[in-house]
Amino acid sequence: MNLSFRWLREIAPSIDASPAVVAERLAMLGAPVDDSVSLGGGLADIRVGRVREVREHPNADRLRLCLVEGGAEPVQVVCGATNVKEGAYYPFAPVGSTLPGGMKLKKVKLRGEASEGMLCSARELELGRDHEGIMTLHGEWTPGTPFVEALGLDDTRLVIDVTPNRPDLLSHVGVAAELAPGGRVDVSLPPFPGDADGRGTAFAEEATEGATGGVAVRIEEAELCPRYLGAVVDGVRIAPSPEWLATRIRAVGGRPVNNVVDATNYVLNELGQPLHAFDLDRLAGNTVIVRRARAGESIRTLDGEERDLESGELVIADGERPVALAGVMGGEESEVGEGTTRLFLECAIFDPGTVRASARGHNLSSDASYRFERGVDPEGARRALERVVSLIRSVAGGTVTDPALDLAPRPFERPRITLRPERVEALLGVEVGEGEISSLLEPIGFGIGREGEALEVSVPGIRSDVTREVDLIEEIARRRGYDTFPDEIRPFRPGTGTLRDDVGLRVEDRVRDIFVRLGFLEARTTAFAPAADSRVPLLHPLSAEESHLRATLRDELLRRIEFNMARGNRDVRLFEVGTVFLPSDEARPAEARHVAAVITGGRAPGHWSAKAEAWDAWDLRGLLEEAGGSLYPAARVEPAGEDAGEFVAARAWRLIDEAGAVLGLAGKVPPGRLDLPEWAGEVWGMEIRLDNASPERELVYTPIPAYPAVERDVALLAPTEVPADAIRTLIREVSGDMLERVDPFDVYEGEGIRGGQRSIAWTLRFRSLERTLTDREVETVLDEVLSALDDRLGVRLRK
Amino acid sequence: MSEELLGQLDRLEAEGREAIRRADTPDDREEVRVRFLGRKGRLTGVLRQLGTISPELRPVVGARANEVKEALSELIDAASAKADYAGAEEPIDLSLPGRRPWQGGRHPVTLVVEEICEIFRELGFVRAAGPEAETTWYNFTALNIPLDHPAADMHDTFFLGKDVVLRTHTSPVQARVMETHEPPIRVVVPGMVYRRDPFDASHAPGFEQIEGLAVDEGITFVDFKATIRAFVERFFGPDTKTRFRPSYFPFTEPSAEVDVGCQICGGHGCSACKGTGWMEIMGAGMVHPAVFENVGYDSDRYTGFAFGMGPARIAMLRYRIPDIRLLYESDVRFLEQFA
Repeated sequence: MNLSFRWLREIAPSIDASPAVVAERLAMLGAPVDDSVSLGGGLADIRVGRVREVREHPNADRLRLCLVEGGAEPVQVVCGATNVKEGAYYPFAPVGSTLPGGMKLKKVKLRGEASEGMLCSARELELGRDHEGIMTLHGEWTPGTPFVEALGLDDTRLVIDVTPNRPDLLSHVGVAAELAPGGRVDVSLPPFPGDADGRGTAFAEEATEGATGGVAVRIEEAELCPRYLGAVVDGVRIAPSPEWLATRIRAVGGRPVNNVVDATNYVLNELGQPLHAFDLDRLAGNTVIVRRARAGESIRTLDGEERDLESGELVIADGERPVALAGVMGGEESEVGEGTTRLFLECAIFDPGTVRASARGHNLSSDASYRFERGVDPEGARRALERVVSLIRSVAGGTVTDPALDLAPRPFERPRITLRPERVEALLGVEVGEGEISSLLEPIGFGIGREGEALEVSVPGIRSDVTREVDLIEEIARRRGYDTFPDEIRPFRPGTGTLRDDVGLRVEDRVRDIFVRLGFLEARTTAFAPAADSRVPLLHPLSAEESHLRATLRDELLRRIEFNMARGNRDVRLFEVGTVFLPSDEARPAEARHVAAVITGGRAPGHWSAKAEAWDAWDLRGLLEEAGGSLYPAARVEPAGEDAGEFVAARAWRLIDEAGAVLGLAGKVPPGRLDLPEWAGEVWGMEIRLDNASPERELVYTPIPAYPAVERDVALLAPTEVPADAIRTLIREVSGDMLERVDPFDVYEGEGIRGGQRSIAWTLRFRSLERTLTDREVETVLDEVLSALDDRLGVRLRK
Repeated sequence: MSEELLGQLDRLEAEGREAIRRADTPDDREEVRVRFLGRKGRLTGVLRQLGTISPELRPVVGARANEVKEALSELIDAASAKADYAGAEEPIDLSLPGRRPWQGGRHPVTLVVEEICEIFRELGFVRAAGPEAETTWYNFTALNIPLDHPAADMHDTFFLGKDVVLRTHTSPVQARVMETHEPPIRVVVPGMVYRRDPFDASHAPGFEQIEGLAVDEGITFVDFKATIRAFVERFFGPDTKTRFRPSYFPFTEPSAEVDVGCQICGGHGCSACKGTGWMEIMGAGMVHPAVFENVGYDSDRYTGFAFGMGPARIAMLRYRIPDIRLLYESDVRFLEQFA
């Protein structure tokens, strides 16, 4: 909503404050000012100029020599505009003045003739886009008058951010009632020049059909159009608006069109009631019908668009065809233009949802539809029609011979809401007396009555958003001022009932601890991904690259490696905790929280003492063991086998639980999969599900052994197809409780070892918690181990 | 005569100290010890003259001689000890940089989310979570947002199906928590939300939000203001001003927007706060009775407040991050600054 500060002050002089203070008060009343535009700035040098004489330029066909009054004495100005006329008034920039764009005017010669200043177009003064010639000032002026003063241009436009629940703030009158100390009482509408008796309109009331000025009006859809007022004005003269009216239209950001159209826009901005003027001579059959569109009908709207109408949408039609999209925009064929002499004025109330659907359907929003969608004041309809008739008489002449028609198939009745003062206190925490309630609500149009112990509040027509008690309580808090309420901590019932801190979020706290401890940087990437079979599609994606939801975290993290490498960052170690989405049979896709990590580059920051070592397969397996083991203590890591997925199968592991379910994957990313520079090293990635992870570690003390351990190193020759893990498992199994640890310390293949075999050296550490083990005991067990290895795996001691 | 001896001792001490200072090697130090303190050394020489002074003055000179002996011995020992440590290692250039491990770190938005949740934990709130792919019932209808109301314009939404969207706010978790729990309820809900905005300097199609909800008998607008102010003072500092402005959200009434004194200029007005001295940090209000009715609560019995804020925006404010894309593009040079 664009508010002219001058206009506001004119209708409510009791608002005695600067634009900045008004903006601050509006913010605290719930309508913050997004922008404050100083109008008329940069126009201080411009004067009203009168062209006394126009002559042909001797050396140029398209230029004219004008004698302009407006400075100390008349000067010659060369002008290229075709619309310059003797005796007319124009904005005049004399020599030495500066235009809003910053251009400074000098005395120049144009094709050999002196030019002392310039007659300006609206665009040159930054008053509009109109560059179709110089700006004609309609009216009588004293040449030399400051242009800003003559037109009332020194104004401030406040751009107000009006929330959807405040239709009352979409007019100057509404904002004035909100701000004025006395509310509505302080607001008065000035009469228009030459039509002081503006309230002379008579109304004929009917239900669904009637006639005025020879036009038959009928409402076929009372549900969608509860009210329709019409009036016929004869004998108007279409012309540009007088400057005061054009200035008002410009002040609220509009573009003057002609006197009649500007008059309807003026009243829309003044009262919030959208109005439409039809050229009556172009309405077929002197008939106006509010009806639904029929199949196959179309309309060319005022913006020049030919629009096919949905069967059933609400239109205004004449005897033959639709002439307006109800509440949205009029049709071009019945547009008021130069030849128009007879008007049919429409002032209606349409159903908000219908207008909204129509505006959406045609992707067309107008000042009218914006207001109808939010709610227009049914109590203000007559005043609006009176006002526009009066303004048209003032600026375009014409007469209204017949009483205006007021069709009200569903007359408005004020809703009445019960307001319990104790409920006010229960919600706001402060007792607000009945007297105070009245003084807060009555100025903005609410009526206060009594209903037993409670109050009965009648709601003004412009507050269609107020439908229940709590809406009134908000009005009370808002009008009273949120800052008038204390903010002290008061006693309350502590606790959170049966609610406990969310387990999943506690798991994520731990996950972040783990990866941060391991030296990873947390990333947050997008949930969107390109199309793939396993991914959930969006109905209206922003782009093809973001047309689906991610099913894993690691893909986008790998993209982030590409991004970092493209910026020269070689060492990248990222992790992310986030949601992945999977197709499901339910309405909603399945969701799971995952953690993923990717690494490339050096295992430690570069140092002068040695060449940086790159992350390798054993780092990755270690990370999976560390992170996986922390989250799932019972899980183990093993080669991924067929689960390797997009990782290199020969370099991939899986994390599985006791039942064999896969909890996570880790592996090498195939070099060709990413778009990386030449110098890029190996890239590794991992991902772990979090859905069953434990939010806490189970901590139980294990006694520190009191007796010494016995260690034995054995080098074993094993067929290469026997995995180390099988040897380890067998050693454990045979040794039983006596074995504390068994770890490989060397793996060797090559010279000295027969083909098809390799040597793995192990340290076995034996210990008893009850006594010191004897060498004999250990040797016995070791013998059993070696014999089992030989029997079951073909693994022998290396001599 | 005793004066003469005491004078000799003073000179001996001074010269001994100087000799120790100059002795660089263990041999040099041994030579100094022998020369000054040895059996045939200078101190012995002085003591031999004790017989030449009166018996009553001998203890005075003797005591002074002991003092000098101990002082020099200690100095020699200390110099030797120091030399032992130094001599044990080859010299290296100690000005070279050290070796450091990679530092891990949380994302700046995580830092803000965790701090906010921690403050609300102090204020008696626990954390809750909910799905990111949400039904239109929970995302809109249950929250009193009719699908054809202008308020729906505020939510430019990613649809996954006719009735399923990526949640546009964390507020649907309000309804989910209330459906499954009885008051008292005090929760904060951190999570991702999605709007159909392409990336630019201040928009991202997915970003973080933290929702809060307190419901019980007797909760009022005063409690709401008090809780939010307590949060602001803990998070932004005890001197930070808080301002509540009326606003509109379909699921709260009265609704408010909460401003804090501009963190950049301290409230004087700057480009960051568009000269107002205030920065908007959350939308909030008293829970609308229609929301209670939608989840089966008695709206006459229970009242409550709810709030929502954007930790990404707050992180940008707090850490002076000028472009929201920096948060989501994962440049390690950015992330390392928060490690």
